[in-house]
Amino acid sequence: MSDHTEQGAHGHVVPVGVYVAVFLALMCLTALTTGVAYLDLGKWNTVAALTIAVIKMLLVVLFFMHVKYAHGLTKVVIIAGFFWLGIMITLSLSDELTRGWEMNPAGWTSVIPFLHHLFF
Amino acid sequence: MSEMAAHDAHAHPPGFAHQFEDAAQQKEAGTLGMWAFLVTEILFFGGMFTAYIVYRSLHLPGFIIGSHLLLVKFGATNTAVLICSSLTMALAIRSAQTGKSKGTIIWWLVLTMILGAAFLALKFTFEWRTDYLEHTVPGAFFGFEYRPEWGANAPYVQMFMCFYFFMTGLHALHMVVGLGILTVLVIMTARGKFSSEYYTPLEISGLYWHFVDIVWIFLFPLLYLIGGRYSGS
Repeated sequence: MSDHTEQGAHGHVVPVGVYVAVFLALMCLTALTTGVAYLDLGKWNTVAALTIAVIKMLLVVLFFMHVKYAHGLTKVVIIAGFFWLGIMITLSLSDELTRGWEMNPAGWTSVIPFLHHLFF
Repeated sequence: MSEMAAHDAHAHPPGFAHQFEDAAQQKEAGTLGMWAFLVTEILFFGGMFTAYIVYRSLHLPGFIIGSHLLLVKFGATNTAVLICSSLTMALAIRSAQTGKSKGTIIWWLVLTMILGAAFLALKFTFEWRTDYLEHTVPGAFFGFEYRPEWGANAPYVQMFMCFYFFMTGLHALHMVVGLGILTVLVIMTARGKFSSEYYTPLEISGLYWHFVDIVWIFLFPLLYLIGGRYSGS
């Protein structure tokens, strides 16, 4: 582990054992995600499937794509990419999932006179 | 660039371009540039993933019927095939890094290509053909009349299948491009372009190949699995 900071024209040479371990982990996680899909976990099926997918992605990005050993600037660019993806999904869903909300929920009308009474 | 280097008094490593301080900086710049491209790819596929999430939340019953139409055995096998191809790609780059022979690098690259081609063969000849015969391909022969059990959900089953074909189709297109890139890499390796001093094209093509693998890592659970496999079909 001591040579992880080694940078140069040669780049970081990842030991074959690390690649094989990552490969085996990815295969096991594929079997796990397939198996879990056949169990009735309710909403947790989706959570389990996406959690396993994110773990697999991190393994590929960090080891196969050498990001664990990459320059800080490269890491910032990658994180920015995923951050913007997060913005796209979050803002799209914040519209989509709130469309069914009532414009004037019943309790609101009583809250406003109460606040008025409180402050004025 | 090699002609320019020859005019210079300094000795330069092979593949070194003059505008860089040193070979390490050149490799950093190449890697960063490739990642800038891959970030655009994240958002390109991300747009489709977002649309999928939104429409799935709107039309869940239709999407669940659609998900059950896909065959998990093909999806899971193809996931395993792609993970194998990512390992062989990583080992191809490692062979160049550690100064292995041209033959070793080419062997790993060709193995990666065979696995990539196996993925496409399984998708085109088994999955998509089955989909066509089962009337699950959107269009004139979609199963509105053939599959009456879908009832009012049929338009949303078709919408799911549109997402399925667009997302896996664009992924397959990226695989085809990847096979083209690997072909070029095999030719470059055979011509002795790479060494332990210079292998950046292998490295950044590897980034592309692994990225396409990651897209599939998300497509597989989202399309094949999260429809609740336990409840029927």
